[in-house]
Amino acid sequence: MYKIAVLGDRDSVLGFKALGLDIFPIEGVEEGRQELHKLAKEEYAIIYVTEQLAQSIRADIDRYKTSVTPAVILIPGKGGSLGLGAQALQSAVERAVGADIG
Amino acid sequence: MASATINPTRMELNRLKGRLKTATRGHKLLKDKRDELMKQFLEIVRRNRVLRRKVEEGLEKANAAFTVASALMSPEMLEQALLYPKQSVELDMTFQNIMSVNVPRYAFHTKNEDPAEIYPYGFAQTSGELDAALEALSNVFHDMLELAEVEKTMQLLAEDIEKTRRRVNALEYVMIPGFQEKIRYISMKLDENERGNITRLMKVKDMVLQEAHDFKQPANG
Repeated sequence: MYKIAVLGDRDSVLGFKALGLDIFPIEGVEEGRQELHKLAKEEYAIIYVTEQLAQSIRADIDRYKTSVTPAVILIPGKGGSLGLGAQALQSAVERAVGADIG
Repeated sequence: MASATINPTRMELNRLKGRLKTATRGHKLLKDKRDELMKQFLEIVRRNRVLRRKVEEGLEKANAAFTVASALMSPEMLEQALLYPKQSVELDMTFQNIMSVNVPRYAFHTKNEDPAEIYPYGFAQTSGELDAALEALSNVFHDMLELAEVEKTMQLLAEDIEKTRRRVNALEYVMIPGFQEKIRYISMKLDENERGNITRLMKVKDMVLQEAHDFKQPANG
């Protein structure tokens, strides 16, 4: 049985608690990085990360791109969307096609 | 070419021909695989784009409502209201095989079946905006799960397409031309040997005839 985690600043993730997801409020960048790796080792199949946090730990997130679990998915935090999710999509397309096809 | 290191023998030629055949077959198969993966991938990308837009819009709405709620309520109250969720979610993961790439499929079930059970607090001490925020969140949650599935699938497919593409290119532009070059080299070398051999035989034949002639003449004379 797998679980779902939500990672990000307190105000962005608090609401997910009511849905029954496990939330992990993160204060600093280093804390977020450690938490992400810890959760990835546990039985979390999906980890939602706010874009605000994700943009400072991008390399750590990319590490899980090729493994089947966990799926690290970016969601907009309370500051609104930064377009990182769309950017990830773009980079996946680029990787597959070998060129930027827009 | 590395033709200096190969033996121009018939056995080597046969071996190379076999390898060329395998490489050509492999190239065709991998190319088919790449094309099919690409087709699936573009489909996934299209779905991903739609879902992402939906999720981001939904979450933005939820966040806006949540911000208002947290402005109206003290942080302690807010925390307290959400501290003990009534709902809990469990996730089942199965795998689907797309062209030998294993991608996850998620199915979740909630402990509480009633969709109205997402509010883990009494309504007396909380603001209405919190209800709105939670409702917006629960509305978008389905799409979020689907987004996770689609996005992971997309990442895994992208990786595999890249790998396959590299293999196809390596076969097409390095391996197969290399084999063809070597085969050409060996068969030319063998032909050359053959011609050398024929010339030698003709020469020997001439010499033998000459000798026979010279042998006959003193006998006649």
